Amino acid sequence: MGLMDRHALIEKNATLLLVGSLLVVTVGGIVEIAPLFYLDNTIEKVEGMRPYSPLELAGRNIYVREGCYLCHSQMIRPFRDEVERYGHYSLAAESMYDHPFQWGSKRTGPDLARVGDRYSNVWHVEHLADPRSVVPESIMPSYAFLKDTPIEVKDFSTHLVANRRVGVPYSDDMIAHANADLMAQADPNADTSGLEARYPKAKIGDFDGNPQQVTEMDALVAYLQMLGTLVDFKNYDEAAGYR
Amino acid sequence: MKFGTQIVALGLFTFAALVAAGFGVDEPFRQHMWVLFFVLLGFVAVLIRNTSFEAAAPIDPSAYMDGPIRYGAIATMFWGVVGMLVGVVIALQLAYPDLNIQPWFNFGRLRPLHTSGVVFAFGGNALLCTSLYVVQRTCRARLFGGDLGWFVFWGYQLFIVMAATGYLLGITESREYAEPEWYVDLWLTIVWVAYLLLFLGTILKRKEPHIYVANWFYLSFIVTIAMLHVVNNLSMPASFLGSKSYSAFSGVQDALTQWWYGHNAVGFFLTAGFLGMMYYFVPKQANRPVYSYRLSIIHFWAIIFLYIWAGPHHLHYTALPDWAQTLGMVFSIMLWMPSWGGMINGLMTLSGAWDKLRTDPIIRMMVMAIAFYGMSTFEGPMMSIKTVNSLSHYTDWTIGHVHSGALGWVGMISFGAIYYMVPKLWNRQRLYSLRLVTWHFWLATLGIVVYAAVMWVSGIMQGLMWREYDEQGFLVYSFAETVAAMHPYYVMRAIGGAMYLSGALIMAWNITMTILGYQREEEPMPGSVPTLQPAE
Repeated sequence: MGLMDRHALIEKNATLLLVGSLLVVTVGGIVEIAPLFYLDNTIEKVEGMRPYSPLELAGRNIYVREGCYLCHSQMIRPFRDEVERYGHYSLAAESMYDHPFQWGSKRTGPDLARVGDRYSNVWHVEHLADPRSVVPESIMPSYAFLKDTPIEVKDFSTHLVANRRVGVPYSDDMIAHANADLMAQADPNADTSGLEARYPKAKIGDFDGNPQQVTEMDALVAYLQMLGTLVDFKNYDEAAGYR
Repeated sequence: MKFGTQIVALGLFTFAALVAAGFGVDEPFRQHMWVLFFVLLGFVAVLIRNTSFEAAAPIDPSAYMDGPIRYGAIATMFWGVVGMLVGVVIALQLAYPDLNIQPWFNFGRLRPLHTSGVVFAFGGNALLCTSLYVVQRTCRARLFGGDLGWFVFWGYQLFIVMAATGYLLGITESREYAEPEWYVDLWLTIVWVAYLLLFLGTILKRKEPHIYVANWFYLSFIVTIAMLHVVNNLSMPASFLGSKSYSAFSGVQDALTQWWYGHNAVGFFLTAGFLGMMYYFVPKQANRPVYSYRLSIIHFWAIIFLYIWAGPHHLHYTALPDWAQTLGMVFSIMLWMPSWGGMINGLMTLSGAWDKLRTDPIIRMMVMAIAFYGMSTFEGPMMSIKTVNSLSHYTDWTIGHVHSGALGWVGMISFGAIYYMVPKLWNRQRLYSLRLVTWHFWLATLGIVVYAAVMWVSGIMQGLMWREYDEQGFLVYSFAETVAAMHPYYVMRAIGGAMYLSGALIMAWNITMTILGYQREEEPMPGSVPTLQPAE
C-alpha cells in the first residue's frame, strides 16, 4: 500500500484532517517565535531605556490612533544610506517597552525612529497642523485638530497598570503619580523634580504653544521629541551589550 | 414564536450597548457603542417585524440551505465595491493630499478601512458564501446546526461594521490586517468558532464517504485563521469600558507575532481559502476533472506546512535576530514550489477545454486569476531574498506585489465564483449578460497591469533614490525629493485602481439584473454557437 493510498484515511475522516492540518501549521510558529522569548541574545543590554512617561504614552497612543505607522517606519536598517539619513541603526532594546511595536512596513514618509531633538517644538506643531507650509513636497494629511483637542485624562493610571500587566516595569510610585505627571510634563511652571527622577531625559515644557491647556498636540510632540533619544550612542559599545 | 429567543437576546445586547455608551471611559469608545446600539436596534426591529406566531413550516432536511449563501453573494459584491472605492480614494489622497478630511477621513484612518474592507469584508464574505455552497454540494448534506448559518453570516457582518466604524473613530491596535480592538476581536472569535462548527459539522454529516479536496483547503483556512487571530490579538485592555488595549508582547516578539499573523492572513485567508474556491469552481465551470489528485495532496500539505514559516521576511534587516530572518527567507523561497503546484493543478484542469477561453469569459477570468496567482507567488519568494528585500522593503514595490495577488488572484477568482453561483442560487437560466462579463474582465485585467507596472517603477525608483550617492560620497536626494518624484506614479496608480473599480461596478449591475430575473438581449459570444457548415 503506497503513501498515497494511506492518505485516503485522512480524506475520509474529518477529525483526522482537522487535527492533522492544525498540527502541521503550528510547527513553524513554535520554532520561530517561541525561542525569542527565552534566548538572551534576542535583546542586547542597553543603558538608558525606561518606560514611557504618561504624556509620552498618551502621545504614542495618538500616534497609533492616527495610523502614523502606515507611512512612517521606526526601524533603521544597518545600511550606510539609512544610518547617514536617520542615525544609528535601531536596536531591539529600543522597542522593548513598545506594546505594540511601531516598526512599520512602509516609508511613504521618512523613518521616525530617531526624530527626537531633530526639530523644534514649533516646527513639529506647524508641520502637523499644515505639513506643506514647512515641507512643500509633503503629502501628509493635516492634524490641526490635535491643537484644539484637550487630552482626555479620566484616570490615566489604568493605562500604566495595563502596561505593567504585560511586562513594562512601571513602579507603584509611577502609577500613583500618573495623572499629575501627565499634566506637569506639558506645564512649564509645574514642579517637575519627581517627574524627572521617575523618567530621566523626559522633555518638559509647553509643546504646542498654548500653555493654558494640555492638548493632544502636546502629547504627540512630547512623544516625537523623545523618539530615539534614550540610548546615548556616544557611550554605546556594541560588544558590551551583546549577550 | 418565531425569533423569540433571538429578539430577547439581541434586546439585552442592545441595552448593554446603551449602558456602555453611557459609561464608557473614553470618547471613541462611547461613540463606538452608540454605533453598536443603533445597529443592534435595527436588527431587533427587523426581527420583530418578521416574527409570527404560527407554527414554522417543516424544513426539508435533504434540501440545501442556500439563504445565507444568497445573502453572502450580495454582501461580497457590496463590500467589494465599498472596499475598492475606499482604495481609489486613498490612492487619490496620496496623489492630492488636500483630499484628506481630518480627523475621520485622513489617510491613516482610511487605509485600514480599505485593507480590512477588501480582505475581510469582500474576501471574507466570498470565502464564507462559497465555502458553505461547496461544502453542502460536495458532501451532499444540508448545513449543520439549523440557523447557525444565519448567525455566522450576520455575526460576521456585525464584525465588519464594528471594525470599519472603529477605524474611522480612531480605534485601532495598529497591527496591520488585525487592527480591530479587543472587544471586536472577542466578537470575531465567537463568530469564527461558530463558522468552524458549521463547516466541520456539515462535513461530519456528509453522505459522500470522501472529503473533496476543496474542503481540505477551506477547513485548514478556518482552523488556522482561528489560531492566528487568537494569538496575535492577545492584549490587555486599560479598562473594560474603554477602547484602548496594550499588546501582550512588545518590540521584537510583538513584531514577529504580528508578521507570523500578517503573512499567514495572506497564506491562509487569501491563498488556502481561495485555492478551495479554485478546486471547486474551475472544474465545474470548465466541466473537467481536477488535473492531478496526487499533486493536490502533495501541494496541500506542503503549502500549509511551509507558509507558516514565511513571516520573518517582513522583518529583514530589522532588530529581529538574524537566524529568524534567514529561516523565514529560506522557507519563503521553498514556498514557491507548492504554490506553483496549485497553479499547475488549476491551469491543467483546463486541458481538453482550452477552447472555452474563447467562448466563456468566466473561464477566462478564472484562468487570469490563476495566472496572477502564479505571477505573484513567484514575485513573493523573489522579494523575500534579503538582497532584493533591502531595496524593495518600505517601498511601493510591496504595495504593487500585494495588489497583483489581491486584485489578480483573490479578486478574479471570487468574481468567477460569484458569476458561476448567482444564476444557480436564484434559479436563473443564465447571467443577465455575458458581454458585460467580458467588459469586466478587460477592465479588471488592464487595471491590474497598470497598477502593478506603475508600482514596480515607483517602488524601485524610490528605493534606488534613497541609496543614491554622488562621486564625493554624499547622498544625492533628500527624502522630500523622493516623495515629490512619486507624484505621477500615484496619479497613474489611482487610474489603474479606478479601472478595476469600474469593472466591479459593471459586475454589480450584471449581478443585480440577474437576480432580478432579467436577461439582456445580445449577440452570443463568438464561437459559442456552432455555425452551420454548408454541405459540399
